Amino acid sequence: MALIQFTDRGLFCPQGGFYIDPWRPVDRAVITHAHSDHARWGNKNYLCHHHTLPILQLRLGPNNFQSVDWNEPVFMNGVKVSLHPAGHIIGSSQVRVEYQGEVWVVSGDYKCENDGISEQFEVVPCNTFITESTFGLPIYTWKPQQEIYADMQQWITQLNSEGKTAVLTAYSLGKAQRILQPISETGIPIFLHGAVYNVHRTLLDAGWKLPAAKRVELDAPKESFKKSVVIVPGSVIGSPWMKRFSPYAVGSCSGWMQVRGNVRRRNVDAGFPLSDHADWNGLLQTIKATGADKVFVTHGFQSAFSRYLNEIGIEAGEVKTEYADEQFENETI
Amino acid sequence: MKQFAALVKTIGTSTGTNDKVQALVDFFSVAIEKDKVWVIAIFSGRRPKRSVKTSLLTEWCLEIINLPAWLFVESYSTVGDLAETIALLLPESPTAIQGEESLHFYIEQLMQLEKKSEAQKKDFVVQCWHNMDWDERFVFNKLITGNFRIGVSQKVMVNALSKLISLDANIIAHRISGNWDPATTVFHELMNESTLDHSRPYPFYLAYALEDVPASLGDIADWQAEWKWDGIRGQIIKRNDEIFVWSRGEELMTEKFPEYFILKDLLPNGTVLDGEILSFRMNKFLPQTDNGENAFGDAGMVLPFSILQTRIGRKNITKKILQEAPAAFIVYDLLEYEGKDVRSEPLSWRRSMLAEITNGIQQPVLLLSPDIHVNDWGQLAAIREKARSLNSEGIMLKRKSSTYQVGRKRGDWWKWKIDPLVIDAVMIYAQKGSGRRSNLYTDYTFAVKDGEKLVSFTKAYSGLTDKEFAAVDHFVKRNSLEKFGPVRTVKPELVFEIAFEGIASSNRHKSGVALRFPRINRWRKDKKPAEINTLYDLQKMLEIYGK
Repeated sequence: MALIQFTDRGLFCPQGGFYIDPWRPVDRAVITHAHSDHARWGNKNYLCHHHTLPILQLRLGPNNFQSVDWNEPVFMNGVKVSLHPAGHIIGSSQVRVEYQGEVWVVSGDYKCENDGISEQFEVVPCNTFITESTFGLPIYTWKPQQEIYADMQQWITQLNSEGKTAVLTAYSLGKAQRILQPISETGIPIFLHGAVYNVHRTLLDAGWKLPAAKRVELDAPKESFKKSVVIVPGSVIGSPWMKRFSPYAVGSCSGWMQVRGNVRRRNVDAGFPLSDHADWNGLLQTIKATGADKVFVTHGFQSAFSRYLNEIGIEAGEVKTEYADEQFENETI
Repeated sequence: MKQFAALVKTIGTSTGTNDKVQALVDFFSVAIEKDKVWVIAIFSGRRPKRSVKTSLLTEWCLEIINLPAWLFVESYSTVGDLAETIALLLPESPTAIQGEESLHFYIEQLMQLEKKSEAQKKDFVVQCWHNMDWDERFVFNKLITGNFRIGVSQKVMVNALSKLISLDANIIAHRISGNWDPATTVFHELMNESTLDHSRPYPFYLAYALEDVPASLGDIADWQAEWKWDGIRGQIIKRNDEIFVWSRGEELMTEKFPEYFILKDLLPNGTVLDGEILSFRMNKFLPQTDNGENAFGDAGMVLPFSILQTRIGRKNITKKILQEAPAAFIVYDLLEYEGKDVRSEPLSWRRSMLAEITNGIQQPVLLLSPDIHVNDWGQLAAIREKARSLNSEGIMLKRKSSTYQVGRKRGDWWKWKIDPLVIDAVMIYAQKGSGRRSNLYTDYTFAVKDGEKLVSFTKAYSGLTDKEFAAVDHFVKRNSLEKFGPVRTVKPELVFEIAFEGIASSNRHKSGVALRFPRINRWRKDKKPAEINTLYDLQKMLEIYGK
C-alpha cells in the first residue's frame, strides 16, 4: 500500500488516516499553508505550523486547530508527520511523512529564494517527492529579487515625481507582505486594500514586525492617497473603487509577468515577475537534492514537467489535483 | 540598440496612447538619424526581408540550452511569440555588453546576412545573443522574425512625429506612407516635401459602424448613400505619366491588376482616386440571371470576394485568371485633382468632379460607385435588404459636406452593414492564442452535425469578452479528450453562434464551404450540442448566398 494515495478528496495517508490539503471535508487535515485553495473550510481537525495558525483562524473562523513548530513530529497511528519550511509564504510548510523507514514529502507550494519573511526553504531528503509545478517550463527563470525590487522602486519613484499614485496588485497573503519592505525603502506612504489589510493586521497582532501601512478607508478624502503606493488584490482592477486613486498607474507582481502577453492581457502598466514559486531550475535542483527515486508532479505544467523528468532519468508521474489554477487569480478572502 | 529595446519595452506596457506618443517623442529626440528612419520603417511595417529562417533560430537556441525540441514547442505555445520564447530560454549572458551598437548597425548586418552561408549566419546571431541582455535579445530576435505588433498604430507614430517636428499630422501621415526605402532614406528628406515621391498614396479615411438608427443622422438630404463593397480598398494614382495602385494595407499592387493599365493613358496627371478593387463581370459575358437586381444597370455585376481572392497572392496573373476573376475599380472619391490635394473640399464637390472624370473616360474598368437616391430613411432601409443579392455588405452613409479625413473617424462617414449570416455550432478543437492571448485557449474550431457525425467547418478567433475567453479556457483545460501538439480535442459541449459575411464552396475544407469573416457572435449557453445546425443547413446557405 502506498504511503500516500491520490483520492478524490485529496492526498491521503491511509496508514495515518489523514489528508494533506484536502479539497473536500475530511476528519483530519494537514495544511501546508493558508492560501484558500490549500486550506479549505469544513474539516474536523486541522494541523498546521504555528505561523499559519492566525491566518487560518482569520480565514476559516473558530475550528479544531493544532499547530506545531518546524520539525516537531506528530504521530498518527504510527506514522511520523513533521513540517519543514517551504519558503512560499509565512508559515508555508512541506509535509514529511515517515512510516517504517519510508519517507514521502509533499511540497505544497514552494520557492527556493529566501524572501526574508517566509523562512528559508529546506531540502528534505525522501524516497518519494510530491512537487508542485506552477512554473515548470524553462521559460520561467527568475531574476534575483533584488533586481526586481530595484525596478519596482524605480517605477514607484518615477510615478511619484509625476504626481501619480502607484497601485500594485499582489496576493493579499504572501506577496503583499513580501513587497512591503522594498516599497517602504522608497519612503513613500503605503496604503492597503481592506483584504490586504486584514492579513496585515492579523500578522501584526501575532507579533510580526512589518513596515508601516494604512488601510484604505472608504470615507477618506481623495487627496490623502495622492502620490502614495497602494497594494490591492488583482480583482479590484477596473472597478469603480479604484477611482479614488486617480491619477494612477497599475503594476502587477506575479511570476506570470515573465511573459509579455500576460502583462498586456491584464492591461497593466508594468509587470514585475516576482514569484513565490520555484522557477524551472529551482524545481529541478530541489528534486535532485531530495534524492527521491520517485516524483509525483501536481498543479501547474505537470504533463510537460513530468515528461521531462522521465527523460532525464527521474521516474515521475502526473497527478491531477484541485488546487487553483493560479492563472485565474480569483482570489477570495 | 539599448535605446530601442527600452522604447519597445515602454510601448509594450503603456496602456494609454499619450504614453506611447511620449515614449516615441523621447526616443526620436535622442536617437541618431539612421535609427529614427528605421524605427519609422519598422513600426509602419517596412521590416527588411527576413535573412535568417526561424527554424534555424530555433535550432541554434536548442543547441545552446540543451533541452529537447518538444519542450521548446511547449514553451512556445505558452509564450505565443517565437522571438520572446528564444529570449526567455537563452541563459543570461555574463558578457552582455549593453548598448554597444545601435539599431541600424544590427539591421544592416542582418540585411547583409541574406547572401551569406548558414555557418556565417549562425556565428553572427549566436555572437549577438551572447553580447545582449534580455530586452536587447528580444528586439533583436523580433527584427529577424517578424513585425513589431506592439500597439504602435500609424496614428501614434504620426502624432509623435508631428509633436517632434511641429508639422501637421495629416502631412506627416502622407509623407511616411508609400514607397520609400529606409536603407537609403535620410530622416530630414523623409520629412521634407520637396522630395515627395510621386507614387505616394494618401492615408485612407475609414468609417465606424453605425450603432444607432440611421434616422439619428438627421435629414437624409444631407447624406450620400452608396453600396458598401467587399473587395480591397485601394487608391489609383496617376502622376508623372505613371500609374500606381495601392491597397489600404499600403501595398503597391499595380502589377497585380493589368486591367487598370489602360487608365494610365486615360486619367489626367495629378489624379488620385479612392475606391474598391473588386471582381467584376461585365455584362456581355454575364450569364443569364433571374434576380434582375443590379447596382450597375447594364454594365455588369460585382462578384463575391471569394472570386477576387483567387488572384490575390498569385505571382503571375495568367490569362485564365483574368477571365475567371476579372477586376474593376469602383471609385468612391477624389483626393487629388489637377495635381492639387482636394481632401478638404466638401464631398459633394469631390463627387461632381469625380463624375466628370469617369464620364469623360467611359471605361468599364473604372466605374463610379452608384448613388442610391431615396427620399427617406425607411426607403433606404428597404433597399439595403437587397445588399446580399448584389454581393454588397450594406450601405455607406457619407455627409455631403464632409472633408476626406485621415484614419478611422466618427461623425461624417458611417457604414451601415446588413446583419451577418449566423449558424449555431459546437466547439471541437481549441488552441492557444498568440500575443496578448498567449497561454489561453482562444482559437477554436467549430463543427456542425451531419447525422451522428460532427463536421468541422470553420475557425474563429474573436467575438468573446476576456471573461468569456477565461471561462472557455477553463472548460478546455478540464475537458480535453486528446492533445495533438498545440491542439486540444475537446468534449463537444459548448455551443456558439457563428456569424459570417459570406459563404463560398471550397474543396479545401471537409465541409465543402469556406466562410467570409467568421467570428463568434455569442455563446449559446441556452443550447445543447444536439440543437446545433447541420451540414445540410450550411449547404442550403451556400445555395442561396454562395453564388
